Parts: sequence; structure tokens; C-alpha cells
Amino acid sequence: MKDFLIPFDGPGGTGLKDDRDLGTPASTSTTMVTLSIDGFSVTVPEGTSVMRASAELGIEVPRLCASDNMEAFGSCRLCVVEIEGRRGTPASCTTPVAEGMVVRTQNEKLRKLRRGVMELYVSDHPLDCLTCAANGDCELQDMAGAVGLRDVRYTPGDNHYDPSGSGARSQAEARLRQPEGISNPQYVPKDDSNPYFSFDPSKCIVCSRCVRACEEVQGTFALTIEGRGFDSRVSAGMKLDDFMTSDCVSCGACVQACPTATLQEKSVAEIGTPDRAVVTTCAYCGVGCSFKAEMRGDELVRMTPYKHGKANRGHSCVKGRFAYGYAAHKDRILNPMIRDRIDEPWREVSWDEAIAFAADRMRGIQETHGRKSIGVITSSRCTNEETYLVQKMARAVFRNNNTDTCARVCHSPTGYGLGQTYGTSAGTQDFDSVEDSDVVVVIGANPTDGHPVFASRLKKRLREGAKLIVVDPRRIDLVRSPHVEAAHHLPLRPGTNVAVVTAMAHVIVTEGLYDEAFIRNRCDWEEFQDYVEFVAEDRHSPEAVELLTGVSAKDLREAARLYATGGNGAIYYGLGVTEHSQGSTTVIGIANLAMLTGNIGRKGVGVNPLRGQNNVQGSCDMGSFPHELPGYRHVSGAEAREVFESLWGVEIDHEPGLRIPNMLDAAVDGTFKGLYCQGEDILQSDPDTKHVAAGLAAMDCVIVQDLFLNETANYAHVFLPGSTFLEKDGTFTNAERRINRVRKVMAPKNGYADWEVTQLLANAMGAGWTYTHPAQIMAEIAATTPSFAHVSYELLEEKGSVQWPCNDAAPEGTPLMHIDGFVRGRGRFIRTEYVATDEKTGPRFPLLLTTGRILSQYNVGAQTRRTENSRWHEEDVLEIHPHDAETRGVREGDFVRLASRSGETTLRAEITDRVSPGVVYTTFHHPKTQANVITTDFSDWATNCPEYKVTAVQVSPSNGPSEWQEDYAAQADRSRRILPAAE
Amino acid sequence: MSSDTDTKLIRMANQIATFFESQPPGDRAERVAAHLRSYWEPRMRDRLFAMMETDEAQDLTPLARRGAEIWRAEGHALPARSEAQ
Repeated sequence: MKDFLIPFDGPGGTGLKDDRDLGTPASTSTTMVTLSIDGFSVTVPEGTSVMRASAELGIEVPRLCASDNMEAFGSCRLCVVEIEGRRGTPASCTTPVAEGMVVRTQNEKLRKLRRGVMELYVSDHPLDCLTCAANGDCELQDMAGAVGLRDVRYTPGDNHYDPSGSGARSQAEARLRQPEGISNPQYVPKDDSNPYFSFDPSKCIVCSRCVRACEEVQGTFALTIEGRGFDSRVSAGMKLDDFMTSDCVSCGACVQACPTATLQEKSVAEIGTPDRAVVTTCAYCGVGCSFKAEMRGDELVRMTPYKHGKANRGHSCVKGRFAYGYAAHKDRILNPMIRDRIDEPWREVSWDEAIAFAADRMRGIQETHGRKSIGVITSSRCTNEETYLVQKMARAVFRNNNTDTCARVCHSPTGYGLGQTYGTSAGTQDFDSVEDSDVVVVIGANPTDGHPVFASRLKKRLREGAKLIVVDPRRIDLVRSPHVEAAHHLPLRPGTNVAVVTAMAHVIVTEGLYDEAFIRNRCDWEEFQDYVEFVAEDRHSPEAVELLTGVSAKDLREAARLYATGGNGAIYYGLGVTEHSQGSTTVIGIANLAMLTGNIGRKGVGVNPLRGQNNVQGSCDMGSFPHELPGYRHVSGAEAREVFESLWGVEIDHEPGLRIPNMLDAAVDGTFKGLYCQGEDILQSDPDTKHVAAGLAAMDCVIVQDLFLNETANYAHVFLPGSTFLEKDGTFTNAERRINRVRKVMAPKNGYADWEVTQLLANAMGAGWTYTHPAQIMAEIAATTPSFAHVSYELLEEKGSVQWPCNDAAPEGTPLMHIDGFVRGRGRFIRTEYVATDEKTGPRFPLLLTTGRILSQYNVGAQTRRTENSRWHEEDVLEIHPHDAETRGVREGDFVRLASRSGETTLRAEITDRVSPGVVYTTFHHPKTQANVITTDFSDWATNCPEYKVTAVQVSPSNGPSEWQEDYAAQADRSRRILPAAE
Repeated sequence: MSSDTDTKLIRMANQIATFFESQPPGDRAERVAAHLRSYWEPRMRDRLFAMMETDEAQDLTPLARRGAEIWRAEGHALPARSEAQ
């Protein structure tokens, strides 16, 4: 039978595997069934459809409504087959295989039936194939060919495609939509409201694939089929809605599912259909979705989710699917620039001059101020290989440990907390694991906005019956959305995570719900006994902390019981856990909960940090922190240092370097004078903006390497143009420790990949590096870092991706951690005492501000603000409860002044009971707002991760921008002046 | 060092001590010392020690001070113990 299989492996280096659509989902049964199809024998798992069994043989049964990422629907009637011993012609998509079944997919009777069906479809479809955007990429066109349709016998009559047709039907809904001059009441004009795709109802065959994709894959339920019979049509939202005003989140699942040009990417209409595809990894959030970059020449036509991507399983969100326009945006800086002082305009110079200028300045600073007076910030948006090189620059070229990364301000407490309790600084599961969860606890995360593709997978599991507990000050969408409702929402007061998590443990311990066998077998029993004694104290009971946390004791008890007794319990958490003065303690508390209940070491359970940026995990793995070498080995360890010292030929400092906040403090104090900052915008993303600005302004040389003149660049002396993820090779590591390939699909518009720029700078400072491809850097990482020992580009090409640890013990990677034992040996219970933050509300600042992100924007917005995504979110707004708004005289849409002890800004108010009274919320996507001028310098006790989530503020009506905003805007404009290069 | 930085250093040391204060007794001060040694850069260390020589560190909690004193007594040699090891 092998000969019958169609070889689909693409050419080497593109990462493409067979991604044919097999029509219906795979069955997970282990019982095998053998049947005959068109005379060929095939053995497939029980529950497989006849359609899929045929496809696995290489026999494509014609179809229009079936797709293997959604359940069979059986509506198009094109996939009919004959089965011996059965009456009629059943649909192959809805008919499961049976032992000994004999199927015929092709004979004269079936041909006639299919032609008849196709005739009906085509009789109500415009025949504009040659000018249609989907020409050559249209399943209706393909099926017309497959069934041998040569003629349509029906005379023109009622139809949905001819605007001037004189159909006699009267239809109220259609009339509501009719612009003047259109006489066909069945005709509905094209909906171009969405910036990325169009909806042309005249081409719709009502196969329902889009509706089902929206329901089954995305879980939004924004689309429906309205009307019956000939009046049936796809509708987004209510009758008068278009796609933009509907609940559609632009994930692209419907566009992907559409077999015609009804739902069509505008980029394809504009550029044409792609002629090649390369598999790569999204450069947005920590889910790490695999995409096909579909190209025509060196122009990117579209990004489509790759079905073999193990993180996303063929799904996408609005950012990864559509928001790539920043890569070719006019704001990109493509020439290096320098200036002596930050109040001067930039001068465009050659790469040689810029690199020499930067190297001279940095060396000069070290000569004057000492070896430790300069440092680096690595980027969680850049590749592992690039991050590795930047920390190597600090350690081997600067000869200090002054390297830090943006994980400092997001998930550094995860590293500490999980490192202390389990022995490794990473999540325990893969994303597939959620399919086996029975109870899911989401703490301080907003997956539908921050990690949308994981959220879709989670919602699917919840629709199947898993229970959800949400611990969040805001009523995030997951609390109640179509077909999903949290069993418990614990709307805690910001800053009381530790009290809530410890109270949950109190319930589990005092009600005897803990898994003693697991604890005895896997954890340190003495430490557990100490922990039990601590946590069982009455002061940790839900009733005792109710007033403090604002969480109903009854709800908290029920939630704790559900997590402990509801089957496989999984915890997913985000920055609402880490960005607190007790961020590390909460992570420890979460780890305790999982150990208490035995929810570690198998599918469906675990502790899962949802990482913010695409390569936060990787940047931490690569030794970006100032106290750790790659692989989380402390710099004080002689053995680990020796590995690198012998390879690099230098002595490595045995004392920790400065963390980002410490670098800025030292800069203000005059002992830190030079910074190489790759792919980060600390001025906008880090807390207490005024202090960040003061630190940057105090330095003698700030080198910014980025795509755009970001806010940090306003204080820079050297600007080195960066390259996008489309323009370089490398790897990203996602939140599930999965190392995914990033593949170059076009030449860098700036001339160099980021790793090449780092090498140029290092060599100008005397390094002598000779890398010619990132694969060589990965080879060095593998040679020096035990958890990466088996990782190579060859292995990634073969497997698609692998999860670390990937070494002799696990040659193909480790999907689930701590299966037989914790990395540190025995799991360690640690007491988690609640300590109130020093950030207190009072008469001057009576409200608590908490910050977060929104679906359409990403981090500081440098990328997404330069795309049409801004149509959904043009500015940061302040969510405020109606009660708090009313007492302040604030109305919906009013400008309000938001002030804290650190600073003030203005933004518009959105009045909503999504936040509790006393709590306000905003995002930090827009530099115009600079939300971080409000946040303070308070930070996590263990890691210095800033306390973004709790700031005491006051809100009052305002007429417009604050003085600070105006001054900042003027300064930014002055700083961004560019003199053209000398002739 | 600016007074802002000094204030931060004292606050950070106290935060660390507050965590270990809640842990089982026996080696709390040693654990404070190990944490400081694992994560603090030398100029932060030197400034803390300098403040301890004067009354500038009077806001240090007793446990934070004991932890810092253990660290100071160990000198600048490679540590016997790092928290991360």
C-alpha cells in the first residue's frame, strides 16, 4: 500500500511535512480496524471515518464541508460512497469504518450524484474564477474538476451573487442590508470591514465550515447560519453587524476553513496566491505557534497556522495570523545611526562606522570606569542563538556578569519559585496536556487576550466538561463566555495572591484532601510536616483572610475542594502572579498546591507558567540572568564556569552582575555608564519611567538594536537596525520548553541578522568570533548546556520541535517533567507567609491600579501598533467601576488624570463592572500614555521583578494630556531627528 | 550612592529577611546571607556593608543585619554555599 501514498515531504530546510487535509479528525482509539477501499486494504484506528481512511490510502473522496480540524458535519453530500451490504450512499465523513467493510469511492452512480450536487452549488456561484482571488486555491473549483463537471443545466434564476438580479423572493433580512440600486434581495454586498480579510456572501456555499471553525477551533461562537433553506447565509453577530462590530476576534480560523473566496485574506487579493511556503515560529507570545510563511518571491503573502505545529495544532490568533505588517513598515530604521549626545540629531553612518563608534565608546568607558561599568540586556523577542551571544558578549568580551533580560520584569519569580521547590525553572507540561485536565485553575492570567491559541485549546476542554477556577481581580472573559463558565471566580484584591493560595492549601490540609502517598513517595516528608503545621493554623483559613482578600470564604473552600478532588488538576498562571512584591512566594505556593494534591508528573496536571513573550523561556535558558550561566548554573560554581572558560579562553567572573533595576540605580549613581540593549524597550516596558529615563540619561553610551526608534532609543547614542523573525534563522523556546525553528524567508532589510550584528560588535571589541550560521551557535549551546545536549538543527528538522531537557536521558526531549521524581530529588514544601505590600492605598491614592494586556496589542506595541490591529485598540484606556466613576464625576470616554506617587498621565475612562470597586486597570501598549510612569519601584523580594500589578492611584477628571506627557512627546520628537548620511 | 539607592538596598535586604523570618528556625540568617550572596552584585554588597559601618543602616531588620553580617564575615572568597546550588 505504501506505493499509493503521496510523498508530501517538502524540500529540505523548509520544515514542511505532509499537511494534507485528511477530512476528519484522527481517532485516538488503540483498537485497529481493517477494511477495503476501492480494492485496497487499509488498517486504521476504530472510530476513523471512511473519508479519513481513504485519505490515508491516498484516495481523496471529493468533499466541501469536511476538514480534519473539526468534527464531521455531513452537509455537502459530495463525499458519498457505496458500502457493500448497506443501503444508499452514505456520507464518508460521518460514516465510521468497520471491520471487513468494503467501500467503493468511485463508480458511475457516485459520479452522477456528485455532479448533480456540484451543479447545484455552481448554479448559485459567480463564475468569475479567472479574476477571483482564490483562483488556483479554491476547493469549489477543485471539486468541480474532481467530479468532472462540464455543464450546468439550470437556467438562471434566484441567486445570491447577481446584485441586479430580479429574484422574486421577499426577504426582510436581506432588504435590511440592501444598499440602494441593488435589486436582488438575496444579494448581500461584500463586507470589507475587517482590515485583514473580506467576507463576500455572494461566493458562499453555506458549508458551515467557518461557523464550525469559530465554534470548535476558536471557541468564540461569533458566526452563525441565519435563515433557512435558500435564505440560509453566514452571519457575523446580529443582523446589522459586520465582522468588525461582531464578536469576531479575527483569529483567522474561518478564513482558513473557507473552501471558496468567501472569506479571503486581503493580502492574497492584493498580491496573488503564494508560490512557496516555509515553516517558522510566531514572534509574538509564549505559546510559540508554528506557521507557514507563504511567499511569492521574497514577498510575504500570508501567514497560515501549520497543522503539525505541536503548540498550536493548526490554530492561530489575530497577531500571529495577520499582524506581521510591521516587518515592512515605513518606520523601520534600516541604516545604523550614531550621535555624541542624546540632544543631538541622529547621523546615518555605515555599519563599519557605527560598530567602531560603539566599540570605542564601550572600551573607553571600561578604561575610565572599570570592567563592571557596562552591561547588556538580552531580548526575549530574539532567538536563543542571539540571546546566547549577547550574554556571551557580557561574560567573554565585557568580562563581567552584567547581563539581564526582560524576564526580569515578568517571569523571574517563576525561575526562583519553581527552582526552589522542584529544581527547574520551567513549566511542567506541554500544551497538549490540557486535553486531559479535569479541573483547570487560572491564576493571574488572561489567556483569551494574552495567550489566545492556548485559550482556545483550554476552552475546548472546558466545553467537554472540565471545570474552571479563575483567580483574578478582574472578570476576565474566561469567567463567562459562550459555552464556558467558571465554576468559581475568586476576585481577589490585588496583592493578596499569597493569602489566597495559602488559604486553598489550608483547606486541602485541614480537610484531609492531600495525597499522602504522593507526598511520602515524592517529597521531603519532614518539610511537608513543617508546612502542614504552618498552613493549618487558623489564621490561614479562608474565613480568616476573607476581609483581607475580598474573596468569599465559601467560594474559596469550594474551589480548593474542587481542585483537590476533581480529578486531574492543572494550574496555569501569568504575570498576575509574578509581578508582585511576593511574586516568588506565590509561585512557591502554587508549587505547594500541586505537590499537596499529587498533581505533578502526568498528563492533565502540573504547574504551567504562561510566558509573555515568544522567547522568555529561551532567554532565561540561555544564561541571560546576571547570576546564572546557560542552563541555570550559578556563576559561583567553578565546574560550570570551567566549561565556558575552557571554550571561550577567558576567566569568568564568579560574582553576580547587575539586574536591570540595579543597572539603572548604578547609572544614576554614576558607576554604570554603558549599555548594549538588544530588542527591548525598557523605557516603556519597565516600571517607574522617570527613574528609567534618569538612568539612561546618565549613561555615556547606550546602544539600542531594534526595528524601530523605540522609546529607549530616545536616550541612545548608537542605533543598530534590527532584523525581523522573517529575516533570520534561529530558534525560539516557548512556555512548554519547546524549541521551535525560526526560518529565514527573506533577506534582512537592514543587511544583517541580529546575531551577525552582535558578532560585529564583539569582534570590534576584540572577540574574534567566527560564526557563519546560527546552527553553529546552537552546537555551542548543546556542547555547554546539559539540558540542550542533544539539540541540533538536524534534530529539529527531523522532529519539527523538541522540549528540553533533550539529552542522553531523553534523546527526543521531555514533554512532561518530574514523572518519576523531581529534578532536585525530593519536592520541597516551603512556607508561604503573606506579607502585605508596602504600596498602600490612602486618602491621596485610594484606588489600586493593576495593569495587563489586550488581545490585539502586544507588549509595548512596537510591532502591533504598526499594523491594522490598532483598529481594535487605538489607545490605552482606564477601566473603572461605575461606583468609583460616579463618585469622581467621570463619564464613559472622559479624559481622566491617573496619578500615583511616581507620576501621572491621562487617558480615557471606560466604565465597567469587569473591575471591582476600588480597582482600576489599564494596558501599557501606547507610548502616548506611558502607563509605567505610574508604576513604582517596589519589586519581588527574591528577584526584583517589579510590582506592576499593585499601584495606589487616584483618578480625577482631566482636560487632556498631562504636562509630563507633553514634555515627553516634545523630547521624543527632538530625539528622533535624523540627518541623512553624508554623500 | 544616592539616598534613593541606599533606601532601596535596605528595603530589599529587609524584604529578603522578612521571607526567611517566616521559615523554620535554625538557619534563617544563613539563608539570608546565601540569598544575598547569590543575587547581589558586589557594588550593592559593598554599599550595604559600608552603610552597616555607620548609622545609615539602622533601618535594617535584625535578621537582615545578621544575614549581612554572616556574608561580610565570609569575605569575598568563593562562597561555601549559594542559594541556587
